[in-house]
Amino acid sequence: MSKVPADLKYTKTHEWLRTLPDGSIEIGITDHAQHALGDLVFVEVPEAGRAVKAGEPCAVVESVKAASDVYAPVTGEVTAGNPRLASEPEAVNTDAYGGGWLMRVRPTPGGATAALMSPAEYEKLQQEEGD
Amino acid sequence: MGRQTPLFQLHQELGARIVDFGGWDMPVQYSSQIGEHHAVRRAAGVFDVSHMCVIDLKGGRVRPFLRTLLANDVDKLTRPGKALYTCMLDESGGVLDDLIVYFLSDSGFRVVVNAGTRDKDLAWIRRHAREFDVGVLERAELAMLAIQGPEARTKAAKLLSRVGAATALELDTFVGREIEGWFVARTGYTGEDGFEVMMPASDAERVWRELNSLGVASCGLGARDTLRLEAGMNLYGNDMDERTHPFESGLAWTVAMEPRDRPFIGRAALEAVKAQGSSRKLVGLLLEDRGVLRSHQKVVVPGVGEGEITSGTFSPTLERSIAFARVPAGTAQQVQVDIRGKLLNARVVKPPFVRFGQVLVR
Repeated sequence: MSKVPADLKYTKTHEWLRTLPDGSIEIGITDHAQHALGDLVFVEVPEAGRAVKAGEPCAVVESVKAASDVYAPVTGEVTAGNPRLASEPEAVNTDAYGGGWLMRVRPTPGGATAALMSPAEYEKLQQEEGD
Repeated sequence: MGRQTPLFQLHQELGARIVDFGGWDMPVQYSSQIGEHHAVRRAAGVFDVSHMCVIDLKGGRVRPFLRTLLANDVDKLTRPGKALYTCMLDESGGVLDDLIVYFLSDSGFRVVVNAGTRDKDLAWIRRHAREFDVGVLERAELAMLAIQGPEARTKAAKLLSRVGAATALELDTFVGREIEGWFVARTGYTGEDGFEVMMPASDAERVWRELNSLGVASCGLGARDTLRLEAGMNLYGNDMDERTHPFESGLAWTVAMEPRDRPFIGRAALEAVKAQGSSRKLVGLLLEDRGVLRSHQKVVVPGVGEGEITSGTFSPTLERSIAFARVPAGTAQQVQVDIRGKLLNARVVKPPFVRFGQVLVR
């Protein structure tokens, strides 16, 4: 069973969200998602300053086998892409909720947000997908 | 649910992720695809390739039959047990399949064809065998294990008696023979030394477990794909098919145009191609920028034209992306690949990328 930390929010497309003290949102992919993808070999994260829209692709994670889009869960401006992933994409496999974060976004006030799930709801989704 | 090999239960027990491959439920990886890849380059791994289709051909005229059926010439095979890699073409020179043919005796040959092309191949072979009175017998009851890597042969030989092991270890490259009820061949699809062993299905699970206990890693189709690409070996359906001929698929070396009076199927079409010159060629690519090459990405050759990636992946040995691409014949050294709308730089290289653990491209 994949890990689903209790202090995060989730999307049905397997991103996680963490609200940071300054109000920005840290975003990554879940343990379930990294496990399904397998060994990651390339991660493309957006640069600071880029505007992202909720529900649209904003990053790409590639395993040996395939490339997958990561969808922005909120509308806003990217404040940072995780620079470590350029040389260590495997950090997403080994530390999906920590050192493997993908980007930080400052949400646009009143901007759109994807439908978010609680940890319990996300665990249920995982089970349905056969984790 | 697809077809299952005799090892399906064991794959599940070992925690494999199962995927559909040519209508078969096959293990794509057990733990880590990259870990399995390195196990084969550095030590030894075992693959379940029982989905591949083994066909025995018997009859007094089996040799002239195969000299008609196959683009390579089985007359190159003079020693019993010797194997040959070849394409089977249609009349237009398109590749119906690639296969390995073993010369067993003057009246018996064995061919191993791809799982995804089994029905088509059997129908084609049977249709042409009639005229030569050659019997076509599928050996679906056999399991096949590929044991590959620098330590593969010595480890696999431990499963045989002392005499059997000595016989197996004396096999030359691309030679197979019956040993203690198994057909052991020094062949493979990884660019490493090793055996492919055909055996009764009832032996397969015990053999797999014994290999595991000897330190031979269970490996899935994922690692098999990255290993074969590094080794510069084509994958049917990706790198060639009925719509392409061998000369534009990096397979000219497998076509025996000499002797000129051997009338194999597809010969006339290939002679026409040869007279005109091929307009396309299959090349190796090394990605110089960061990213991963994938099949069907567009290749831009400045001033020459466009091509397409046929197989692409991240190479665990080179730690960068590699690919095969079909490009215009005039393509020189430098190309660009369109990855999600960005043009990234790639260099044309001559495969193989890796052989016997050594990187061969720079």
